[in-house]
Amino acid sequence: MSIVQRNMSLTGEPPKTINTQQKLASAIGLIGLSILFLALLNVNFPNKTLWLTASLIMMGGGTIWFSTAAYLNKHEGIKNDGVYFKSLTSKGFWAWALGVILTLFYVVLYWFPQYLGLVKNGENKGIVALFDPLSKLLNGGPASQWFVYGTLYTLAILAFGIKFILKYRHNKYEKLRTYSVMFFQLGFAFLIPELMLRLNSESFSLPYYDLKNIWPLNYYNFEQYRVDQFISAGDIGLALLIFGIVSIFIITPILTYKYGKRWYCSWVCGCGGLAETAGDPFRHLSDKRQIAWKVERWVIHSVLVFVVLMTTAVVHSYLGDNSSKYWLTKDVFLISVAVILTVIFVGTFIYKREELQKDARLGAIGYFLIIITLIGFHYFSGKTLFLFEAETLRQSYGFLIGAVFSGVIGVGFYPIFGNRVWCRFGCPMAAILGFQQRLFSRFRITTNGGQCISCGNCSTYCEMGIDVRAYAQKGENIVRSSCVGCGICSAVCPRGVLKLENGPLEKRIDSNEILLGNDVDLMNYVNK
Amino acid sequence: MEHIVIIGNGIAGITAARHIRKLSDKKITIISAEADHFFSRTALMYVYMGHMRWRDIEPYEPWFWEKNRLGLKKGYVETVDTSNKLLHFKSGEIITYDKLIIASGSVTNTFGWEGLELNGVQGLVTKQDLEKLEKNAPNNKECPRAVIVGGGLIGVEMAEMLRTRDIEVTMLVREDGFWSNVLPKQDAQMISKHILSHGVDLRHNEQLDKILGDGKGNVGSVLTKKGEEIPCSVVGITTGVKPQISFLKNSKIETDKGILVNRKLETNIENVYAIGDCAQQREPIENRPPVEAVWYTGRMMGETLAQTICGKPFEYNPGNWFNSAKFFDIEYQTYGWVFSENKMKDYEAQFHWKCASNLRCVTISYNKNSNEFLGINTFGIRMKHEVFDKWLNEKRTVDYVIQNLRQANFDPEFYKKYEAEIQSIFLNQSVNI
Repeated sequence: MSIVQRNMSLTGEPPKTINTQQKLASAIGLIGLSILFLALLNVNFPNKTLWLTASLIMMGGGTIWFSTAAYLNKHEGIKNDGVYFKSLTSKGFWAWALGVILTLFYVVLYWFPQYLGLVKNGENKGIVALFDPLSKLLNGGPASQWFVYGTLYTLAILAFGIKFILKYRHNKYEKLRTYSVMFFQLGFAFLIPELMLRLNSESFSLPYYDLKNIWPLNYYNFEQYRVDQFISAGDIGLALLIFGIVSIFIITPILTYKYGKRWYCSWVCGCGGLAETAGDPFRHLSDKRQIAWKVERWVIHSVLVFVVLMTTAVVHSYLGDNSSKYWLTKDVFLISVAVILTVIFVGTFIYKREELQKDARLGAIGYFLIIITLIGFHYFSGKTLFLFEAETLRQSYGFLIGAVFSGVIGVGFYPIFGNRVWCRFGCPMAAILGFQQRLFSRFRITTNGGQCISCGNCSTYCEMGIDVRAYAQKGENIVRSSCVGCGICSAVCPRGVLKLENGPLEKRIDSNEILLGNDVDLMNYVNK
Repeated sequence: MEHIVIIGNGIAGITAARHIRKLSDKKITIISAEADHFFSRTALMYVYMGHMRWRDIEPYEPWFWEKNRLGLKKGYVETVDTSNKLLHFKSGEIITYDKLIIASGSVTNTFGWEGLELNGVQGLVTKQDLEKLEKNAPNNKECPRAVIVGGGLIGVEMAEMLRTRDIEVTMLVREDGFWSNVLPKQDAQMISKHILSHGVDLRHNEQLDKILGDGKGNVGSVLTKKGEEIPCSVVGITTGVKPQISFLKNSKIETDKGILVNRKLETNIENVYAIGDCAQQREPIENRPPVEAVWYTGRMMGETLAQTICGKPFEYNPGNWFNSAKFFDIEYQTYGWVFSENKMKDYEAQFHWKCASNLRCVTISYNKNSNEFLGINTFGIRMKHEVFDKWLNEKRTVDYVIQNLRQANFDPEFYKKYEAEIQSIFLNQSVNI
C-alpha cells in the first residue's frame, strides 16, 4: 500500500523513535565499541586490562540499558511496533550499513587476521593484543583472533539475551530457552574450552573442544590432528572422542525424538543462540515464498551430502590398511558408512515413504546413489582417490561452508536475509535433526481448532521462513523439518492458535482440514 | 462450462471459491473493488502498527490464483440484473453469470450524526479505511488526538493502532464497561481497566452528539451528549458494521438489514446466493443473530455453499459458537454462549474468576437448574477449541468442566497454571451457596 510521507522531520516519529535513555545507552555502547575500533587502528592503550574491561562493560551495559529503556516502561506483551518502519529492521540504510560492517568483519576474521593485530610468533598488536589480558587469565596464553571473536560472540549472546528476555518477559518458554542458550554459550562454548587449554602441557594436549558443538556442525571434529590429540591424551581424550561419536549417533536421536530439534537449535546451539538473541530483530526478514522453501530443501541437503562425503574421505585418508594393527581399516570404515547410509535410506523408504514429497524422494534416491557410487568407486579403484582428494574436499568445505556460508552470509547478512539463513539453508546438523524431526519425533506445533484468522503474524515472525499460517488456517498441525521450535509463532499469535508440544506419534500430522465450529456432516464432505 | 461469479474477495467469497475449485472445474470469477488480492481483514491493524507489510497479510502468494484458475476482476458492481443474469460495473462493463454468490461484506455503521462528511471521520473496515488512517493520522504532530466512538472490537483495535504512534485517544463508550453489551460486567470492567492502563482516555456512559468542523472541511472537535467539546483531528466511527448491500437496491434480490437467505444460503432468486457479513438468515439459528459479521462464520458459510453449488445441497448448520479477539495485550477466546447482563437468559448463572494481576479472568456460564455447562469466556489463558466443542456436545456439567479445566489449557509450555486456583474458588463458592 502507499504510505503517505508528509513529515520531513529527520528524527523519526513514533514508533520509529528511541527515547532519551535509549540514546544515552546507545552512546555508551558505541563508546565501548569505539575503544575496540581505536585498538584496531593500533592505538596502544597503556593499561589493556582496564580498557578492555571498560569496553566490554560499556558494550554489554549499553545494550542492557537500551533494552530496559525500550521495554520496561511498557506493558508485558508483544513488542513489534514499527518493525517495518525502522531503517535497521526493514532493510533500510542502517540495515545495509550494519550488513556491510559485519561482512567485512568476517572477511578480516577468517582470511586477514593480521589486520586485527594477530602476530603468529611474537607480541600481538591491535584488537587481539587488547584481548591478551583476558586470554591469559582464562587459558594462560596470548589471545588469537578466535579468542577475540569468541569473547565478543559470548558477550553478544549474553547482552542481547537479556534484551530478548526483557522483550518477551511475559513468556516463560522464551525466557527459559534464552537462559539456556546463554548458559551453554558462556559455559560450554567459552569458559570450559578456554580453561581446558590450561590442562595442556608438552606431554598432554587436548584439542579445543566445545562439547555441545556436534558433528557435522563441528565438521572438523574427526580430522586427523584432533583424533590424534584425543587418542594421545589418554582416557580423557578417548572419552571426549567417544562422546563426539555418541552425541550424533545416540544422544541427538533420543533428544530429537522426545523434544524435536529445538532441544539443540534454540536451546543449546551457539549459532542458534546468536540468531535468537542478537539476530532477533531481523527474524521477520526470512523469505516466506514457496520457492524459497524449495531452494532450502535442495541446498541444505546438498551441504549434508557434502559434509558426509568430506568427512568420510578425510577419515578414510588417515586410516590404515592393515587389520592386524587396528580393526578400523579403510575398508571396514567405508563399508560401515555404506551400511549405515543404506539402513537409513531403506528404512525411510519402507516406513515413511508416503510422508515424502515427490522431489524429496527423487532427491533422496539421487543423493543416495551418488554417495554409494562414490564410496563403491573408491572402494574398488585403488583406494587413493575419492574423485577429489580428501584434503581438497576438506579445504573447500571449510572455505565454502565453514567460513563463507556460516559466517559471512550466515551472520553478516542478518539485517538483509534474516537471522537464520545459515540454520535454514546451510547447517548440516540442522538437516539431520530436521530429517528426524519430520519423520521420527514427538514434536509438533498444534493448531487450536478453527480459531485462526489468517492474520500472518506467525508466518511473518518465523525466522525459518515457514508459512505457518498456511497450516494454521486449515487447522493442520505444523510438522516441518526446518522448525527450530523458537516458539515465536505461538507468542505473536493474537488469537491463541499455536502451541509447541511433544505428543504421541499417531495423528501427529493430520492432513485433514478439521475446522471446528462447522457442521460435522459437512466437514466429512469437505475432507473427502 | 458453468460460470460462478463471486462478488467480494473476503474470507467468505474466497473460501467458497477455493472449495468450489477443489470439487469442480467450473469457471470461477471473483470480483472486488477493494483490493487486488484476498487479505486478512482482521490484520489491517498490524500494517499501520508496522508489524507487517501489506503483502504479509495476504494469505496466498500471487501465483496461487492463476494456478488454481481463480479469475480475479477488479471493479465495482453497480447493478445486478437477475432476470438476464448480468452484472453491470461502474465502468460500464457487463459480465454474465450462471450462478452468483454475493459476499460483499460490511460497511461501517453510522447513526446519522452531524459532521460525518468532514475529512478525518472514518471507520476501519476496508483497505481504503487503512489508507485513510495512514493519511489522517500519520503521527502525533498531524494528529495529536483522535476520538473513537463506540466500544467494540474495531474500536479497541483502532485505539491500539493510534497509541503505537503516541496519538492521544479518547474513546466514547455508551455503556459502563467496555463491550458490555457482549461481555459480562466483570470481564468488561477488567478490559476497561486494561485499556485505561494503555493511556487511552476511555469515557464510559458517554455518547457522541455531533462532530464539529474546523472551518476548512476537516474535523476540529466532537461534542459529547454531556456537552463537552473534545478537540481532535480524527474521529473513528466504530459503532459496529452493517451489510454492504446498497448496490442491490434496484435489483429483485430481497433484502432487509442484509440479503435475506434461507438455511441453504439461497436468496429469493434462483442461482443467487449470499454468504458472510452481508447475509441475513430469515430465521435466526439458535442463539445466533440473523446477521453474523464474524471471520469464522464467513468461512463456514463459504465451505457450506461450495458443497451446494457443486451438487451436494447443504444447509448452513454451524456448530457451537466460538470467537476470539485481542484487547491490547489480553487475548480473549469464547466457546459456547456467555451472555452479558442485559442479554442473560433466565436459566443462566455465571461463575467468575479473576487473577490478581488483572490480566486474566474466566467466566463460565451454566444452567442453574440442570448445572449444564453453557459456555466460557477466557481472557489471558489460552484454551482448546476442540475440548470445549466436545464438552458442549456432550452436555457436560459445570462441575465436570471446572474439574477437568486443565485438559483444555492451551498456554505455551512452562506457563503458570491457574486451574487449581479456579477450582478451589469454585468449590468454596458452591459451599457458600
